[in-house]
Amino acid sequence: MYGFEALTFNIHGGYLEAIVRGHRAGLLTTSDYNNLCQCETLDDIKMHLSATEYGPYLQNEPSPLHTTTIVEKCTLKLVDDYKHMLCQATEPLSTFLEYITYGHMIDNVVLIVTGTLHERDVQELLEKCHPLGMFDSIATLAVAQNMRELYRLVLVDTPLAPYFSECITSEDLDDMNIEIMRNTLYKAYLEDFYRFCQKLGGATAEIMSDLLAFEADRRAVNITINSIGTELTRDDRRKLYSNFGLFYPYGHEELAVCEDIDQVRAVMEKYPPYQSIFAKLSYGESQMLDKAFYEEEVKRHCLAFEQQFHYAVFFAYMRLREQEIRNLMWISECVAQNQKSRVHDSVVFIF
Amino acid sequence: MFPGKMDQFIDNLPPMDLMRSEKMTFVQLIIPAESAHRAISYLGELGLLQFRDLNAEKSPFQRTFVNQVKRCAEMSRKLRFFKDQINKAGLMSSSRTVLQPDIDLEDLEVHLAEHEHELIEMNSNSDKLRQSYNELLEFKIVLQKACSFLISSHGRPVSDERELQENVYSNDDYIETASLLEQEMRPQPSNMSGLRFISGIICKFKVLRFERMLFRATRGNMLFNQAPAGEQIMDPISSEMIEKTVFVVFFSGEQARTKILKICEAFGANCYPVPEDISKQGQITREVTSRLTDLEATLDAGIRHRNKALASIADHLTKWMNLVRREKAVYDTLNMLNFDVTKKCLVGEGWCPMIAKTQMQEALQRATFDSNSQVGIIFHQMDAVESPPTYFRTNTFTNPYQEIVDAYGVARYQEANPAVYTTIIFPFLFALMFGDWGHGICLLLGALVLIARENKLSTQKLGSFMEMLFGGRYVILLMSLFSIYCGLIYNEFFSVPFHIFGASAYQCRDSSCRDAYTIGLIKYREPYPFGVDPSWRGSRSELSFLNSMKMKMSILFGVAHMNLGIILSYFNARFFGSSLDIRYQFVPQMIFLNSLFGYLSLLIIVKWCTGSQADLYHVMIYMFLSPTDSLGENQLFWGQRPLQIVLLLLAVVAVPWMLFPKPFILKKLHTERFQGRNYGILNTSEMDLEAEPDSARQHHHEEFNFSEVFVHQMIHSIEFVLGSVSNTASYLRLWALSLAHSELSTVFYEKVLLLAWGYDNLVIRLVGLTVFAFATAFILLMMESLSAFLHALRLHWVEFQNKFYFGDGYKFKPFSFASLTEDDD
Repeated sequence: MYGFEALTFNIHGGYLEAIVRGHRAGLLTTSDYNNLCQCETLDDIKMHLSATEYGPYLQNEPSPLHTTTIVEKCTLKLVDDYKHMLCQATEPLSTFLEYITYGHMIDNVVLIVTGTLHERDVQELLEKCHPLGMFDSIATLAVAQNMRELYRLVLVDTPLAPYFSECITSEDLDDMNIEIMRNTLYKAYLEDFYRFCQKLGGATAEIMSDLLAFEADRRAVNITINSIGTELTRDDRRKLYSNFGLFYPYGHEELAVCEDIDQVRAVMEKYPPYQSIFAKLSYGESQMLDKAFYEEEVKRHCLAFEQQFHYAVFFAYMRLREQEIRNLMWISECVAQNQKSRVHDSVVFIF
Repeated sequence: MFPGKMDQFIDNLPPMDLMRSEKMTFVQLIIPAESAHRAISYLGELGLLQFRDLNAEKSPFQRTFVNQVKRCAEMSRKLRFFKDQINKAGLMSSSRTVLQPDIDLEDLEVHLAEHEHELIEMNSNSDKLRQSYNELLEFKIVLQKACSFLISSHGRPVSDERELQENVYSNDDYIETASLLEQEMRPQPSNMSGLRFISGIICKFKVLRFERMLFRATRGNMLFNQAPAGEQIMDPISSEMIEKTVFVVFFSGEQARTKILKICEAFGANCYPVPEDISKQGQITREVTSRLTDLEATLDAGIRHRNKALASIADHLTKWMNLVRREKAVYDTLNMLNFDVTKKCLVGEGWCPMIAKTQMQEALQRATFDSNSQVGIIFHQMDAVESPPTYFRTNTFTNPYQEIVDAYGVARYQEANPAVYTTIIFPFLFALMFGDWGHGICLLLGALVLIARENKLSTQKLGSFMEMLFGGRYVILLMSLFSIYCGLIYNEFFSVPFHIFGASAYQCRDSSCRDAYTIGLIKYREPYPFGVDPSWRGSRSELSFLNSMKMKMSILFGVAHMNLGIILSYFNARFFGSSLDIRYQFVPQMIFLNSLFGYLSLLIIVKWCTGSQADLYHVMIYMFLSPTDSLGENQLFWGQRPLQIVLLLLAVVAVPWMLFPKPFILKKLHTERFQGRNYGILNTSEMDLEAEPDSARQHHHEEFNFSEVFVHQMIHSIEFVLGSVSNTASYLRLWALSLAHSELSTVFYEKVLLLAWGYDNLVIRLVGLTVFAFATAFILLMMESLSAFLHALRLHWVEFQNKFYFGDGYKFKPFSFASLTEDDD
């Protein structure tokens, strides 16, 4: 019932919305980032973070810190937040929250499969997986030889199973296949998530469709740029684009035939919301595109908090925290490797 | 002459030290760098100086003593690690404190590092041992369980076949197999059919998924057998005991084997080879068992060694933790100080109470002396712009009352502290609503238990609820004493009246007492000397009598309480030297309240004294509706009508009196001050501070906005006028709650206890008694006392304190070692 969420939303979602808004208030601010960027050692970073919500997670770490420890502990905090919210959630919010992790699940599946292909140790790979995307039998992925086995053995039990319907082949796994699988899965996931949000209706549908459309469009652009110069055919490329978003359907036709970055840019500049992304970039430059996308994404996620009584705040919070952890990782790496001049290159301020 | 005398009288009153917070002074310390640490730690022991952060704009790691703070944090991390280890080992950490020479921070750091290194090494050793021990134990269990599988899985088909053979036909092959089995020559048949097996052990909760996965991977071409391990095995990561399940998978083919092994690995299942030969099995089992006992001995020795090391740490742990916590606090405080220009001295600023100045100077001198510093520490007073913090010296008895007041708002610097009155009035108001001396005795016993075990309870950590009870033990004590007193007045002991103070004043009309509850009793002697006559109990007019008494009593107490509040506002205004507030706020407020509700109280007292039948509702209502009409039979005393008219006029006059003059006078003062100067705000504010610091602080509005002041005054006046009606009505809650309390306890007494006692059956009586006891404990003692507490709280916070209390100060938080708690790090 659009417009009447205020009447009933708080019965089930009010407590968690308050929680998530409280969590959001704990996100690092610009002044925090400024302080962090001035740190000399990782211990300084730990000290600064001890005054933030990450404090309890870092306080028991012995002193020679590593970047991975910081990132691991910060992720642990995100996971704890998420699990707490998931425990408290009722339908349909709990399903919504679960949807948020499917992206990580896909990434983890791809990571393990690629890793086994290159004969890495499974335990080592498991440590690299994002804890949000873990499922019970993830370690068994290493057994599978091809897509069909992958599906039949492991993924049929996971929520990812329905997304596999489009990419079951008996071909042996190789890098190209896996990458196509990832994108097909992602496409199916985004479309499913989009449909789910539309079903929820109200402000959730409105805001989430905006956020997901951005996500889909960004993926489309990334797929296009990454597939330039590979053997992927135009039709195959076209198939990997999600069937919604601003580019759908005409933009996709144009993207599918792009041969270099400037053509992509020309396509995107036809869409007013994306013009600003390119405003700061010079022609032929694709390095900074990621950061520009991230900045745009963060802006949109922050805006999601402006409205009340909808679920998009949960999605936005998770994404913002992830961005924050990426920032912390970058800062820590720069500090650890004495590359402080590059600190600002990839940090996306959230507020 | 009268006001002059009054002033003289008030000036001659003893100084109201209790009511005012401590006089504070803003001090500056200039400490030579070499004695800084010692000086700060001495001040921390003293705990009477609140430092101001002079480096607020610096981030924590840019401050001077960041390295020391980091080292302290590192040390407290190690100490936490030790504590964790000690708790895991099940040792007591603070069993006894060993006398030991004071240890230096540097030494301690080295010490801790050594201990940590040692512990980690021991842990890793014992982990390794534990792992191999676990492996062996698992192997042993697998051997035991898997053997039974191997036998039964071969045995069962055989017996089936034997039946078949008996019934249908003879099958030599099967008989041979069976006999072969019995002759312990099992390998051949399984090898012949290409059937092989893998045995191992897996966590119990993973079994189902494991089996399903195996089934899928081998497309069903396998046989899965499982049995619970029986023994619990320690999980190396969480060091918890977990249940495991032994499994044996039969399969055929090499490809299946690699798949199954991979799946085992993925599920964290440990596979152990089990020989099919039973004699070999026995041999291996024996070997494993002997190695197990060896390992067990080694493990035990390791654990003993480790426990010894931990115990030696545990002896010092509390002391070390205190030391590190103190050091960290000292460095944190040092980080708040500034270096002066020469970089040789540290400059600190902060608030301290006037009375503590000599103590502080002594401590600082001691610090200079002890650190052999050439230069003394300079300690001098300064002027501060901001208002000083509020500091009341309390003891264990007065502290909870101060907390009750502070929960509403911390007093403005030096304003009248309501906690002084709260100490008595609060428990008394509570008792008015909780008047039952039986319940009061129960509360008293509880409070006495808490007080008697004070020393023991104050050292240990309590739950949040217990902590609240314990913190308020003296409040509960006074509350219970007063409720015993009020209970004696109400004459209720678990709602039963007693003839404590002699016989009742009433008697039945005749000997049969038939009409005692219909027509009533006759009074035959002097009134009952103390409290309510027990004969009222159960009589027809019991409720109307008690209601009228309690209602009037509530109004009397309410009016007295509110008057006290207004009088306190007078003392506040006098203290801050604002005659404006006295003349245009205090006086009209007094007049307004007392001309209406003070008069009502007078009527009540007159009525009680004279025993008149006048209807007070009628008097009060018609005082407003038609003040000139004759009172008729409701007249209580001579001259009542003119008095009423005068009081009404006074009340009507008081309203504009408190509304208009103050803002206009303020405006006039303002224009006089700024005459001819339109842009002198900066100068005047400074001049203000010098000339009259108190008043300047009180109305700090630098820009005078007449409409704002006027609206503010209007709100205040309206609030007071409406408030005096609604607040008086609000005090009727005293009556309502005490009525509810006595009715509830009557219900439980009569409808539960007496009803059950009516039966001549022990079980019913016992049930009735239990129900009564629980209802008394939980509903009357807990819920009712909580609700009475909350209502008393409200009467204090709202009805009493809104008459005079600003409550916009901030608390004095001195740097003190005593206030460092375990949660700090």
